[in-house]
Amino acid sequence: MVYHNLKALIKGIRACKTVADERILIQQESAAIRASFREEDSYARHNNIAKLLYIHMLGSPAHFGQIECLKLVASPRFTDKRLGYLGIMLLLDENQEVLTLVTNSLKNDMNHSNTYVVGLGLCTFANIASEEMSRDLANEIEKLLGSSNTYIRKKAALCALRVIKKVPDLTDHFISKAKSLLTDRNHGVLLAAITLVTEMCQTDDTCLNEFRNAVPLLVRNLKALVTTGYSPEHDVSGITDPFLQVKVLRLLRLLGQGDAPASETMNDILAQVATNTDSTKNVGSSILYETVLTVLDIDADSGLRVMAINILGKFLSNRDNNIRYVALNTLNKVVSMDTNAVQRHRNIILDCLRDGDISIRRRALELSYALINEHNVRVLVRELLAFLEVADDEFKTGMTTQISLAAERFAPNKRWHIDTVLRTLKLAGNFVREEILSAFIRLVAHTPELQAYTASKLYTALHADISQESLTLAAVWVIGEYSEVLLEGGIIDGDQPTHASDKDILDLLLSALDSPYANHLTRQFVLGAITKMASRHTTSVLQQERTREVLAMYTTNPELELQQRAVEYASLFTLGDLKVGVLERMPPPELKATVMGVVSENKPVGSTRGGKDGDLLGDEVTSPTPQVNGQSVQNSHDLLAEIFGSTPSSTSTSPPPASSLSTQPQKSSVQDILGLFDSSPDPASMTPALGSLSTPASAFSLPQTQAQAQVPSPRRPPQQSTAPRLTSYTAYDKNMVKITLTPQTSVARPGVVNILARFQVLGSDAASGFNFQAAVPKSQQLQMLPMSNPDVQPGTTETQQMRVIAPPGSNVRLRLRVSYTLAGQAVHDQVDFSGFPQGLTGTT
Amino acid sequence: MIRFILVQNRQGKTRLSKWYVPYDDEEKVRLRGEVHRLVAPRDQKHQSNFVEFKNHKIVYRRYAGLFFCVCVDANDNELAYLEAIHLFVEILGKSFMLSAYLTYLLADTDAFFDNVCELDLVFNFYKVYAILDEIFLAGEIEETSKDVVLSRLEELEKLE
Repeated sequence: MVYHNLKALIKGIRACKTVADERILIQQESAAIRASFREEDSYARHNNIAKLLYIHMLGSPAHFGQIECLKLVASPRFTDKRLGYLGIMLLLDENQEVLTLVTNSLKNDMNHSNTYVVGLGLCTFANIASEEMSRDLANEIEKLLGSSNTYIRKKAALCALRVIKKVPDLTDHFISKAKSLLTDRNHGVLLAAITLVTEMCQTDDTCLNEFRNAVPLLVRNLKALVTTGYSPEHDVSGITDPFLQVKVLRLLRLLGQGDAPASETMNDILAQVATNTDSTKNVGSSILYETVLTVLDIDADSGLRVMAINILGKFLSNRDNNIRYVALNTLNKVVSMDTNAVQRHRNIILDCLRDGDISIRRRALELSYALINEHNVRVLVRELLAFLEVADDEFKTGMTTQISLAAERFAPNKRWHIDTVLRTLKLAGNFVREEILSAFIRLVAHTPELQAYTASKLYTALHADISQESLTLAAVWVIGEYSEVLLEGGIIDGDQPTHASDKDILDLLLSALDSPYANHLTRQFVLGAITKMASRHTTSVLQQERTREVLAMYTTNPELELQQRAVEYASLFTLGDLKVGVLERMPPPELKATVMGVVSENKPVGSTRGGKDGDLLGDEVTSPTPQVNGQSVQNSHDLLAEIFGSTPSSTSTSPPPASSLSTQPQKSSVQDILGLFDSSPDPASMTPALGSLSTPASAFSLPQTQAQAQVPSPRRPPQQSTAPRLTSYTAYDKNMVKITLTPQTSVARPGVVNILARFQVLGSDAASGFNFQAAVPKSQQLQMLPMSNPDVQPGTTETQQMRVIAPPGSNVRLRLRVSYTLAGQAVHDQVDFSGFPQGLTGTT
Repeated sequence: MIRFILVQNRQGKTRLSKWYVPYDDEEKVRLRGEVHRLVAPRDQKHQSNFVEFKNHKIVYRRYAGLFFCVCVDANDNELAYLEAIHLFVEILGKSFMLSAYLTYLLADTDAFFDNVCELDLVFNFYKVYAILDEIFLAGEIEETSKDVVLSRLEELEKLE
C-alpha cells in the first residue's frame, strides 16, 4: 500500500512487528516513490521527498531522490525550496557530481529578494560546499557579509569560513570584511565572525599580524561580557554568552602566542575572567578551562601562569568527572613546562588514582610519573606501589616499568632500590618487562653487600607466592647463584635470622619447577639454578644426588630446550672439578660498559624516553621482541629515530643481515644475562659469528644479544681468539643494486672501525650518478672518502671508504641514504643499518 | 570544529545524523555503529562525558533514552560543547511545546526525556534538522540565544 503522507508512513513503519516486515514495507514504499517521480507530478513531489528522507534516515538507499530535490529547490514555493535544500543536505555531500548542479540554484537564491530564501541558500552552502562551489560563489558570500540583515551576515560569515577551509587562497578576499564584522554588536554575528577570524589566523600567519590590532577590541568585548549583569537573551546559568566568551578566549590565545605586546594587553582581562568566573557549574568551568589554555599558551606573566595551574588544581577536586578529566589532560600537557607549579597539587593528583573513572585514573597515573624527582621519589613511589596493588591489569606493565625506572634514576640508596623492585615483583610479577627484570639482576650482582638480604627476601617471597612469573624468575636465579650466601646468612624475616637448610632451598626451587604456574622459561631457570646449587660445597651430597635425579628425569623431557639443558648439566656432573669451575658464581656484568651504555642507548631504561614507547599508557604490554631476521633491530631503530629526530619511516626497514647472523636463534635478553645457564644454542651457528669478531676481548660474547651479554661465560671454555677476518654485510639490496659493508678493526685502536662499502649492480643496467651518504648517532663520528666512481657498471664493483669512531662497547649504527639513476629512473632511498656484530668497537 | 552530530536511542537507532565532513555512506553506517557501541555502555555516574575517538573526541550527553553525541577536534573545549548540546536540547524541548515541563525537568541531568520526546523527534525529524541548522552551521556554533532561534523558527513555520 502507498501511504498518503509522511505521518502515515511513519505510523505504518512503526506498526511493523518485525524488522523483515519493516524492510518489505520500505522497499514497497521506495518503489512507489520512484514510480511517482517518473510521473513528474510537482504536487506529489513534496510529499514523496518527505517520505524518502525518512526512509533515508532509517538507513535505506534514497539517492534516486537527489535530482528530485533539485527540482524542488527550483520551485517558487518556499516550502518546496526548504524541503529541497534539506534533501540536498541529507542526500548529497561535497564529493558528489550532482553538486555542481546545485551551484546554480544556490547562486540564484543567494541573490533572491526574499531574505528567508537567501538564508536557505547560505545554510545549504555552509554545510556542503565543495572546493569548486566555494570558488564559484565566493563573491556572493562576500557581498552578503555586508548585508544589513544580521541573520544573513551571521550565516554568510560561516559560509566564508567554509570557503577558506576549502580554498585557503581565498582568505585575503575576506579579511577586510571580517575586520568590520568583529565590531558587530550582534552576538550571533560576532560569534560567527570570531570563528571565521580564528580559522584565518590558524591557516595563515600573515593574518595573525593583520588581526593583532583587534586585540584591544576583543579584550573590550570580553570585558563587556564579564562585567554586564544579567542579560536574559544570552544567559546560561548566570553567565553571559559563555560560548562567545570561549571563542574570544580562543582567538586571543592565537593572537597572543609568541607576541609579548599582545599578551601584555590581555593579561588583565584574563586575570579578571579567571578570578570572577563562577566555577561551580559546567558553564563557568568551560570558560575557566579556556582561560587556562590561553594563559598557558601566550607569553603571560608568571603569576598568571601559576594562577592558571591552580585553577586546574582546583578542578581536580571538583565533583564532576568531566572537569577532573579536562584538568588532568591539561596538566599532562603542561607538566614538562611548569613542573613546580604542578608539584603543588601532587596529593590531589594521587587521589585521582583512586577515581571511579578509568580514564581519569589513567591520566592521573601518567601525570604522577612525570612528577617523580629525586626529592619526592620515596613518597611518590610508595603511593604508586600502593596503587599497584589495586590497579587495573592494563596499567600494571606500565607501572612496574615506570616505578623501576624511577627507582633506578632517583634511588636514595641501593637498599631502597632493591626493596622497591622487589615489591613490584611481588605485587605485579606477571606484568614485568624483561628489561626491568634483567636490570634488577644486574643490580643484585653488583651489590654484594646486599646479596644475602636480597636472596633471603626473595626466598621468603617465593615461599609465599609462586604465581608471579617475574618474581619466580628473579628468585630462582638469585637463589641458585647465591645459595651458599643464603645458607650462611639464613633467612632474615623479622629480627632473628632463621636457618634454612640446603634441603629447604632445593625443595623451594623444585616446587617452582612443578608448580602449576611453571612455564618453559621458569623451568629452564630452575634447572640451571639447581645445577649451580649442587656444585657448591655448601650443598650436601644427599641434595646433590637429588638434583642429579631431577636432571635425569628431564633428560627425556619432550621439550627440546629443557631436555638439552638437562642432558648437558647431567653430563657436567661427571666432570668433577671442571664442573665447579664452570658453575662458579657469575662475575657481575660490567656495569660501566653495559648498564650505563644500555641505559642511555639501547633500552627504554632512561626514563626520559618512557613516554615515547608507550609505557606511560601502559599499553605496550610486552616489549616488542624483534623478530626480524633474528637480530635486535627494533631497539636500534628507536635509537636512530630518536637521534635523528624522526619516527622510523617505512623505508627504514632493516636491511637483510649477513647470513651468519640470521641463522642465530632468537634469545631473550633475560636468557642472555643468564648466559651461564644457557645451554649453547647451536655451536655451529655460533662459530661463524664469533669468527667475524676481530677483537679477542669480545670473542666470548654472544654476538646478537644485548650488550649485557658481554660477560665472559665460564660455561664455554675460552676459545682461541680468532685472527681478524673480514666479513661483509649487506646493507642495501633493492632494484638490483647491492651495497655491502665490510668492517675492519684493529686491536690497537679500539673504537675505530674502518668500513669499506662496495657497490654493485646485479642487473644489466648501469647505475649512474650514485650518491651515497651515511649518518651515525651523535655519540659517534664519521669520516668518508669519495666514492671510487659515481657510475656503477654491471660486473664492476665500486668502493667507498668510511671510518666510524665510536665509544668502545657501543654498536655501530648507520643511517644510509642512497640516490642513483637506474635505467633512466631516479631512485632515492634510505635504510637503517645495524647489522654489524656486537663488540666491533671493542670492550672497555 | 564539529565533524558530525548523532542522536541515537539506547538501541542504537539513529534519530538524527548531521555530517559536516564528507563521509561515504558505508563510513556513515560504520561510524553510527562505532559511536553507539562506544557511548551506550558507559557509566553515566562514574565516567566523564568524553571519549577519545580515533584522532577526535566524542562529547556526549544522555537525556533519558537518547544519546546526543558530537564528534569534535582533539583540541576543542569539551566542556563548551557539552554546554552546546544542552542548548540544543533545551531549544528542542521548547519548540516542541513541552517547554515548561521539559525545561523544568531538564534542569536535572537525568531528566525525563522519554518516549514522548523521542517520538516527537521521529515525527518531526525535518523540523529537528531545521532547528539544528539554526544552532550549528558549517560545524560551528552559529547562534547561542534561544530566543533568536525560536523566533526565527516561528517565522519559518509561518511561511510554510
